Amino acid sequence: MEILRILISELPQFAKGTLVALEVLAGLLIVGLVLGLAIALAEIFGNTLIKFLATTLRKFLWAIPQLVLLFLVFYLPFDLNRMLAAIIALGLCSSAFQSQIFRGAILSIQSGQLEAAKAMGLSKPKIIFYIVIPQMIRLSIGPWTNEFSSELKDTSLAYVVGVVEIMRNAKYIIAYTYGNTAAVYLFVGILYFTLTRIGTSFFYRLEERLWVPGFEKRSG
Amino acid sequence: MVSFFDYAIEILPEMLSGAWVTLQLSVVCITVGIFFGMILGVARVYSSKFIYWIVTAYVEFLRGTPCLLQLFFIYYGLGDMGLLLKPILAAGIALGINTSVYQAEYFRGAIQSIKPGQMVAARSMGLSKWKSIRYVILPQALRLVIPSSSNEIIYMFKYTSVAFAVGVPELLAQADLTGAMNFRYFESYVVAAIIYTIMVFAVAKIMSTIEKKVTIPGLQLAQ
Repeated sequence: MEILRILISELPQFAKGTLVALEVLAGLLIVGLVLGLAIALAEIFGNTLIKFLATTLRKFLWAIPQLVLLFLVFYLPFDLNRMLAAIIALGLCSSAFQSQIFRGAILSIQSGQLEAAKAMGLSKPKIIFYIVIPQMIRLSIGPWTNEFSSELKDTSLAYVVGVVEIMRNAKYIIAYTYGNTAAVYLFVGILYFTLTRIGTSFFYRLEERLWVPGFEKRSG
Repeated sequence: MVSFFDYAIEILPEMLSGAWVTLQLSVVCITVGIFFGMILGVARVYSSKFIYWIVTAYVEFLRGTPCLLQLFFIYYGLGDMGLLLKPILAAGIALGINTSVYQAEYFRGAIQSIKPGQMVAARSMGLSKWKSIRYVILPQALRLVIPSSSNEIIYMFKYTSVAFAVGVPELLAQADLTGAMNFRYFESYVVAAIIYTIMVFAVAKIMSTIEKKVTIPGLQLAQ
């Protein structure tokens, strides 16, 4: 099997690509997490103006395709590293989705808790940090895992601005081993599938770990 | 600012022809996706063990790989093996397959949320399995699936932009082209972003209208 020999000899190349993809993934998830959380908190706890601004921002980030935002950031009038452009653009897109996840999680916390906290004399920032966020984290891990796996696959979009991630590496390998296109892409498919599976099973376990026994979601 | 508007108007015909291709491509993909998604969804709930495993493996594998990869596999991979498809056809097939596996999961969820007693009742009334699915389960499932299915439709509408990577002259490719011709990339992409935003909002509006039109008052998901 000629193709197996090629794939095995190219494993270091794939490993490099995987590392780059994981870097992009980590970066974009952090950008999306910070901005998404900010949008969610602004939409729930902000005053009318802040609410309006946050909702508008979220809607626009939601409506623009990732690739378009990717090119927009890449061709900004000042020079930006390819990798950084990919992280910022994909992170901005992710923030719209993550904010929806956090918003849903926060809204499913019983409102009585906030009233009780207020009655105990806690200030608004303290309520957010000690009451809302600890519960929000636990409630949002499940849906957040979906976002994680879809963003893991979307790191492949960074290919179009020339980040040397898995897809770009695959393209190089196909070019200098002359052909074997279908086999290399099939291998890349298995690689992505494995990464997705490892990632999601990690988060499922984390969700179980962090769960407070007896603490239940408000149903219905 | 003035020069941006002049430029936007100058490139508008090219951009709109791209938008038209985007629209056609997404109509094809979404139709293919819903049709095959429904079949796969039904197969995952009601088929024999053997078919269930094949369908599950197919759906799970495709859900675990990027859309861009599927597109490259179909366009370059099959092309390399002698089956060279036109870019637009390859994009239609790849995106259609991609969205169908996500739709399949939504259909499965909707079918499973219908109380199993309904199937039992339909069978005991003498309907065949297929007829029970066709006349009892699907009419309800199709309505229940609309909210999640329309999310996927909007998502796929935006995602047709990856077709640009194999040279389909859709909106993003036109932005790239006009940007390269006039050396004004950033402004071209701003125009593309505006057109996409308008179209996505329009699609979202259409979907929510459909959702309201077809709801059955009082019908709810099984808790």
